[in-house]
Amino acid sequence: MTMSDTPQSGAPLIQMTDVGKSYGAIRALKGINLRVNAGEVACVLGDNGAGKSTLIKIMAGLHAHTEGTLVVEGVEKHYESPRQALEDGIATVYQDLAVVGLMEVWRNFFLGSELVRSKIPLASMSIRDMKAIADAELRKMGIVVKDLDQPISELSGGQRQCVAIARAVYFGAKVLILDEPTAALGVKQSGVVLKYVAAARDAGLGVVFITHNPHHAYMVGDHFVILKLGQAVLDKKRDEVTLDELTRQMAGGDELAELSHELQQLGGRTEAIRTVVQDTRRRR
Amino acid sequence: MSQGYASSAPAEDSNRVKLGWSNRLLARPEVGAAVAAAAIFVFFLVVAPAFRSPDAFFTILYQASTIGIVAVAVGLLMIGGEFDLSAGVIVTSAGLFNALFCYYLGINLIVGAVLSLVFSLAIGFINGYLVMRTGIPSFLITLGSFFILQGVNLGVTKLVTGAVASPNISQMDGYGALKAIFAGSFDVAGVTVWNSVIYWLAFVGLAAWILQRTRLGNWIYAVGGNAASARAVGVPVVRVKIGLFMAVSFLGWFVGMHTLFRFNTLQAGNGVGNEFLYIIAAVVGGTLLTGGFGNALGVAIGAFIFGMTSLGIVYAGWDPNWFRAFLGVMLVLAVLVNLYVKKLSTARKVG
Repeated sequence: MTMSDTPQSGAPLIQMTDVGKSYGAIRALKGINLRVNAGEVACVLGDNGAGKSTLIKIMAGLHAHTEGTLVVEGVEKHYESPRQALEDGIATVYQDLAVVGLMEVWRNFFLGSELVRSKIPLASMSIRDMKAIADAELRKMGIVVKDLDQPISELSGGQRQCVAIARAVYFGAKVLILDEPTAALGVKQSGVVLKYVAAARDAGLGVVFITHNPHHAYMVGDHFVILKLGQAVLDKKRDEVTLDELTRQMAGGDELAELSHELQQLGGRTEAIRTVVQDTRRRR
Repeated sequence: MSQGYASSAPAEDSNRVKLGWSNRLLARPEVGAAVAAAAIFVFFLVVAPAFRSPDAFFTILYQASTIGIVAVAVGLLMIGGEFDLSAGVIVTSAGLFNALFCYYLGINLIVGAVLSLVFSLAIGFINGYLVMRTGIPSFLITLGSFFILQGVNLGVTKLVTGAVASPNISQMDGYGALKAIFAGSFDVAGVTVWNSVIYWLAFVGLAAWILQRTRLGNWIYAVGGNAASARAVGVPVVRVKIGLFMAVSFLGWFVGMHTLFRFNTLQAGNGVGNEFLYIIAAVVGGTLLTGGFGNALGVAIGAFIFGMTSLGIVYAGWDPNWFRAFLGVMLVLAVLVNLYVKKLSTARKVG
């Protein structure tokens, strides 16, 4: 499973160099380097508040970066709105705001990219075509909705994520950014979503997969970046890192060892702490 | 339902459920209002003999149109997830602006009408811009503009005319043409039909077209249902919402023109309280208070219910003071019906 490092004909889809972001006096992100190639899954892991959201918001055009450079297919970019990012083929699927719950499935599928009959203001949408396309695209992903006219909130969480992914793929995304697509899902539904992550990768898209679950990341990832307090603490290719190492880093790694050491000195050594201490020693 | 996917070939609609017409019907926002409207109509037919003539019917339509025109835009705005409490006084402001401006400077009323339109659109723009720019709920921003306009209406009128009503405009230039456009009427088989009824139906049709068939309609539902999602997929949320506020002030101006040219003079204190009638028409018509759900036909039926009850009570010979109590009951009932219908229509997913 070593598909990383395949020589690219052109420039990488996204190349972030030393990117940082400050909100006023608060520095949310600093010195991030990230490269997204076609046909690869780049995983960004991190705890809550590590800067994952800020990182994707920069790529998705919701917030502009304040330091470093963002190069998309060889051209330096500074996105001011999501529309600009979308025009460059960068589509983002958010965990919680992927779809508009009260709207019909087909309306959601085409939201923001509706098919219109002409450029005249208030021209009719091609509703029949839109429904047919939405149906066909969803079937390709193995989702058969009972009724395209039902509100999308009636679908399961996994299906909603898949609709959002199918939508991004259909509208010619080159880069697919997935914000914790499996965080709120059960095991089976997560599996469904991971399958489509792999499918998107095999279709030649560059995927940025944001998660705090190292197991999910390791199943599909080619490249892993772990963020902590706005900085990258690990940046490795798949063949340079093990699932164990990812898990340990995500669980707090060195800080956990330090904590157990401190607790030891306080004399509060219990069975649980002993286990942790032994565990971290063994791993070193 | 078997879940066997015929993996690649887009198989026949094997597990596609064709919902029964009753389910489809119940899922529509205006159904509750339509049932209520039919019940009220029959009720007044029975208790009020004066209610039964075609003349009375068109009077009801006229009464409904005076609220219904602005209510169309208020409904769109509410589907888009915002409120406008200044919608009632903006009608009066637009009319007063035209009358006072032309009276004071002695210019043609048509010029005044155009400037009044610009003025009204500017108020809508400021409402929308402030809401979008500050993130303060539209309820508060427009509550502010409601009070500002109410005060300005009275203050400026007093300043210009020394009284609390605008001067009579019927002798001023441009009166005839504008009267014919905004407050004209014609006879059909001996029944008087006001232009405003036609305009109302046209605006309802336009709003229905926009919501159901156009990209803009998709965007209106989206910004009301989930503005953050809409923005993330490239919907210009700020522009859509500001546009909706401006649509309200545009139709407010339209009705302001109608009122001015119908009565030739305006009381500066008019319009206060009408903003709630618009909201009631929208909510009775199945518009969700939190945005993202509703349609134009429902709002029209809501306004029709308003017209029927406000005149039905008079035709029945009752004390019209009861009208507001009746309207309040209607509102509560409508909310309950909407809730019930919502539950029914979401229960269908088991099917």
